[in-house]
Amino acid sequence: MPTVIVDGREIEIGADERLNCIEAARRAGTEIPHYCWHPGLSVVASCRMCLIEVGSRDAETGKISMVPKLVPGCQTPAKDGTVIVTQSSTVIESRARVEEALLIDHPIDCPICDKAGECLLQDYHFEHGKAERRADILPFTSKKRDVGPTVTLFADRCIMCTRCVRFTREVSGTGELMVNSRGSKEEIDIFPGYPLDNKLSGNVVDLCPVGALGDKDFLYQQRVWFLKRDEGVCGGCSAGCSIHVEHNQDTVYRLKPRENQHVNKWWICDEGRYGWHHLHDPQRLVEPTHRQSGQSLPTEWSHVVSELRANLNAAVSTGGRLGVAVSPMLTVEEAWMLCTLAREIDPQALLAVGHVPSRGEDESFPGGFTIRGEKCPNRVGVEHVIAAFDPTVPKWESLLESVEAGRCSAVWITAAYPPAGSRPAAESEPWIDEATAARVARLCEQTGTCLVVQDLFESPLSAHATWLLPAAGFAERSGTWVNHAQWAQHFERAIRPPSGVWPEGRLFWNMLGRRGLYDPAAIRREAAAASTALAALAEDLPSVGLDLRLQQLATT
Amino acid sequence: MKPTDPDVHWIEERPLGLTEKLYLPLVLQGLTTTARHLVGKKVTVSYPEERPAVGNPLIYRGVHRLNRDEEGRVKCVACFLCATACPAHCIDIVATESPWPDREKYPESFQIDELRCIFCGMCEEACPVDAVELTSFLDLTGKSREEMIFDKEKLLSVYDMTKDSEPMKSESLGGTL
Repeated sequence: MPTVIVDGREIEIGADERLNCIEAARRAGTEIPHYCWHPGLSVVASCRMCLIEVGSRDAETGKISMVPKLVPGCQTPAKDGTVIVTQSSTVIESRARVEEALLIDHPIDCPICDKAGECLLQDYHFEHGKAERRADILPFTSKKRDVGPTVTLFADRCIMCTRCVRFTREVSGTGELMVNSRGSKEEIDIFPGYPLDNKLSGNVVDLCPVGALGDKDFLYQQRVWFLKRDEGVCGGCSAGCSIHVEHNQDTVYRLKPRENQHVNKWWICDEGRYGWHHLHDPQRLVEPTHRQSGQSLPTEWSHVVSELRANLNAAVSTGGRLGVAVSPMLTVEEAWMLCTLAREIDPQALLAVGHVPSRGEDESFPGGFTIRGEKCPNRVGVEHVIAAFDPTVPKWESLLESVEAGRCSAVWITAAYPPAGSRPAAESEPWIDEATAARVARLCEQTGTCLVVQDLFESPLSAHATWLLPAAGFAERSGTWVNHAQWAQHFERAIRPPSGVWPEGRLFWNMLGRRGLYDPAAIRREAAAASTALAALAEDLPSVGLDLRLQQLATT
Repeated sequence: MKPTDPDVHWIEERPLGLTEKLYLPLVLQGLTTTARHLVGKKVTVSYPEERPAVGNPLIYRGVHRLNRDEEGRVKCVACFLCATACPAHCIDIVATESPWPDREKYPESFQIDELRCIFCGMCEEACPVDAVELTSFLDLTGKSREEMIFDKEKLLSVYDMTKDSEPMKSESLGGTL
């Protein structure tokens, strides 16, 4: 095993690992400050913040010979016998000078800068900079300009690390950003007439180590130190990107990508990034309603728990089946409880995968990131759950057919689909078209079928529902989603749902007659014991998730 | 800090003397103090008929005001530092892009809940542009809770009311901005 010596500590690295000195030092628990280097982008070594002393140890004699000058850690490969010195007086002095040089041009408007609190320039200055500033304090001059529909550029705060430029060239492959002028007049800019407008544009804001690139959606909304961050999973498409949900007082303010090499690396798409606004849409359903003798009246959840079950039991006793559409927005745990509940009410209940929304084709980018056309996070997970009850795994269409054939005397449709394309619900197409909804509703009315609809917003179907129950948004659920590639990720709820809304998990838990609070882990263990496909869920999942197929291979 | 810390000095209570043990001399001593205050100069005032004297208005911590700059605009830059420093969480700011070229953002709404405020003056200290200040104005009354939530207009009007009697502290104290 190759050995690297970091500040006198010997660290073993993998034989075929290609690490630079920053990564090798990180293994030893030493952080080498850096601005321009990012593991997902090419190396330019332009910021000079990661300058360190490097040498090599002769394998035979053990003699250490150092390189006579400082070298950038990001550009220097760590090999067997590489000696890294990060805390010598030369290195410390060099960092202080780089900080001082960067701050000559910087406006230091931290109180009004949105990046303050998560700014590398701030953090590194506290750690490596000098307290005294020798340059004269410049007056505030905002060089603020629009570079695209989602991003604002504050050119005076920029430290020219060019991470954003490399991102648009290497990952999104669109190349909108460039460096204009040279030397002290260097500036990030767009080509005239070609704004930064691509499906991954928001990532440049995350990449920016300072406050030069601002997210218009978040600009001026909240100071970052007020935000609490929870690990979550994006529900925008079947890629299931790992995210951080950043919120305060039960209000989501922004979503940020969370590094996960197995799923999304460091990125998320703009549709996912801005796809949280529907959570706080005033048009959301927030009250369960029950239609009796043609009149819809608001009701209590405790009433729903007892009466809905009685209602369904009565409907099933007339001889028809209970048809359940298990939405691919539900978590594995919620789907498991819904299926268990349906089979308790009617042992021959028809369990079908709910409507799978899909828009366009999968879209891949040069950096290896793919936006999926299937716009729901958990179709695979729901299919695994249903397969444990009914190996044929009926689809949404076969449920519609059964309803049309009059085989169902009760239909329970879980939906919870967010509005398409992160637009407000009022402006977006409902998930079910008028014709299908009218067909289902007409048949239900003719036969007196009990129709239960659980959704975030009103849809053509909700008007005909016997029971209309509000559903939870993606940040309000707890459970596990399985993405298109069988990658299972667990997440806890980040915010509480709006007052009056019970997440599906809580309703199903109570309807199953279980005591206490909804416990996803208990359900997960039950599901894992009963289904080989879900067996991997028996243990606590790592925060990056795991591949369900590996466990299946191990058991077969 | 642990009780064994070398910086902790333990002091023994001294034993009682004869007069202390007799108890009555101490009672008389206490009553003398009471009697002296009965006939002496009063320190309380019959507010609101009489006004209490404010020693130095520049360091008094009364009702807040939002200062205006030379052009009469609100000085605040909506940086939320007062709201961050506030231990009572009584400041609520909504920031938006400023319509003026010399400033990045400004408060669309700025509210201080005067009932929740503990008048500690931390907001004043945190403010990087000396926009929020505490005045010597102490008549803080209202008929409802809503009335006691001072919005931007009301805080600016406190400035208009007090600007002549109390100049901006930053200038008189040689402030930084």
